[in-house]
Amino acid sequence: MALRRSLLWPLTALLAVQLAGCAPEGGSGGVQSQKLATITGRGKLICGVDGKLPGFSFVGSDGQYSGLDVDVCKAVAAALFGDPGKVEYRDLNSSERFAALASGEVDLLSRNTTMTLSRDAAGGNGLSFAPTTFYDGQGVMTPANSGVKTLKDLAGKPICVESGTTTELNLADRMRELGVPYTPLKFQTGDQTYAAYLGGRCVAVTSDRSQLAAKRTSFPSPDQHILLPDVMSKEPLTPATVNADPAWADAVRWTVYGLMQAEELGITKANVAAKLAEAKANKNLADLRRFLGVEGDFGKQLGLPSDFVVRAVTAVGNYGEIFDRNVGPGSKLKLDRGVNRQWKDGGLIYSPPFR
Amino acid sequence: MGPEKQPVAGDVTPWWRDRRVLPWVVQGVVGLLVLLLIAFLLGNLVRNLTAAGLLLSWRWLNQPAGFDISETLLPFDAGMPYWRGLAAGLVNTVRAVLTGLVGATALGTLAGMASFSRNGLLRGIARVYVEVIRNIPLLLQLVFWYFVVFLALPNGAAAIQLPGLVLAKSGLYLAGFGEGLRWTVPHLVNGVWQAPLRLSVEFGALLTGLIIYSAAFIAEVVRGGIAAVPKGQWEAASSLGFGWLATLRWIVLPQALRVIVPGLNTQYISLAKNSSLAVAVGYTDLYSVAETTLNQTGRAVEVYLILLGVYLGLDLLISLVMNGVNQLVQIRER
Repeated sequence: MALRRSLLWPLTALLAVQLAGCAPEGGSGGVQSQKLATITGRGKLICGVDGKLPGFSFVGSDGQYSGLDVDVCKAVAAALFGDPGKVEYRDLNSSERFAALASGEVDLLSRNTTMTLSRDAAGGNGLSFAPTTFYDGQGVMTPANSGVKTLKDLAGKPICVESGTTTELNLADRMRELGVPYTPLKFQTGDQTYAAYLGGRCVAVTSDRSQLAAKRTSFPSPDQHILLPDVMSKEPLTPATVNADPAWADAVRWTVYGLMQAEELGITKANVAAKLAEAKANKNLADLRRFLGVEGDFGKQLGLPSDFVVRAVTAVGNYGEIFDRNVGPGSKLKLDRGVNRQWKDGGLIYSPPFR
Repeated sequence: MGPEKQPVAGDVTPWWRDRRVLPWVVQGVVGLLVLLLIAFLLGNLVRNLTAAGLLLSWRWLNQPAGFDISETLLPFDAGMPYWRGLAAGLVNTVRAVLTGLVGATALGTLAGMASFSRNGLLRGIARVYVEVIRNIPLLLQLVFWYFVVFLALPNGAAAIQLPGLVLAKSGLYLAGFGEGLRWTVPHLVNGVWQAPLRLSVEFGALLTGLIIYSAAFIAEVVRGGIAAVPKGQWEAASSLGFGWLATLRWIVLPQALRVIVPGLNTQYISLAKNSSLAVAVGYTDLYSVAETTLNQTGRAVEVYLILLGVYLGLDLLISLVMNGVNQLVQIRER
């Protein structure tokens, strides 16, 4: 009896902590956005990022975050507050990210996250996805001297993978299809995964091709590692919010679309002020006037300032500029725009009309 | 419980001052408050989970997992359901805990005994070992063993070859009874080591880290137990012609065990819980599988409830066994 009672209390306390942890956030979503009110009241956006992935989110030697994912955070903060600096970044590993978002610890998850059915569905992770900001595919990296040319050469070999990713599942699926036995070595963080790969524990490491290319730039000798030509999956990397607050999701969605539409209209960080002046001066430019918030109430409908697009583009430039600066020609990664071109150029980047 | 209306002088105390009643009233009120608190917390959980569309459900346990596990005692593949994956993870955890317990007890006892050795060097080594190891965080030690030591092992013919044991980056190969129950030592076949028993370096790193870390604490428990035995016992044994080891074995340890076992229990429980750090070195234990499961299903609350339950159960089981051992070593009063 004494034993049982002594055990009951820690258990009760544990349960209480567990339950209390669930209490504060996630409450009634409703039509009006509680999240938007929370963020405005707080005066800054809390953005969940990877933090260790060059080109997407990375802390530079100056202590500042930069990258494509980071620029999405900045664009949303600029749309809300007119200041891209009003963001608090939280580094999340792939296992923490959804719990952090669901619990309300972060407002927005901009962390090279693949959009999938089960992550979107209310019965699954219950996320709400913004427009895809980077269309990627899963690849495999291997040392140039490993002799591995295709996936089949990996039979019986250990492959490093980050746990809790779509990558982990795709690897299992592909290898099962091919009937190739392999040994998955799973690590909790990207750092551990790549450390084990560089330590020679795995013959290959698998992840999104952009991530492999990005990580490779930080290797001691990048040219000693090659990407296999196989593309194992579709990986649309997409910012996400929670399902429970559709109004906040809409605000994020249309801020991102604004960046894409700006590129289509040729509005850049450099000329946005001039374009705004032009729109204000010429009443006939109805499309441009609506887009830049000179007339109409698009911003208000979203719960954002009317000039949210102007603010976002002023802060980080349009989608094309963001891409070039972080992962394209202006970066170490030097990735090709590929399918991430505007739809007019044969790519997949397509903003619905601002109307 | 009717209070008396007419107090008969010196006979009846009013109930609110009655020592037979009052404790029950207080107990009742406190009990009620606790129940209300629990009800409030549970209600809060259900309300918030409902709002988030996450009401507890266990059906996902039967869905195919879709991920692989690299080393399992319990056979598992991606087509099997989640519960089977979690079970395979649990078996891996138990494997690490059990081998860890045996190893840590052996090493800890040796180190604890060594601190009473008449050999100053041995005594010094035992003290330095304990002080260094128990003052460095376990996670750091695990990462050190894995990334710095085990991943630096050579492969193939260059591997470190000890009698009956080969240490290579691809794994730790042990001699044992191979096919047809013939004694087989590790041997190279086309540049790949073959042996009856192969442990992954992930398991090796976890086990090494756990054993060395826990043994430092166990050494202190053992040292405390031995120190608790009166010095007169040593002297008496010595005067009877017992050597150092014989004194320990026949006189001191049987008495010291009474002090040691309860302390050991705590260390064993810590070791079981510490095994969940396996995820840092790529060993697929219960926690690692649970994390993957959580990510693929989004059932955070359910997965954590399972984890809480399993680790609690595992530790209670260790406690139960150790309490049994404790009763065995107690002095039997006649």
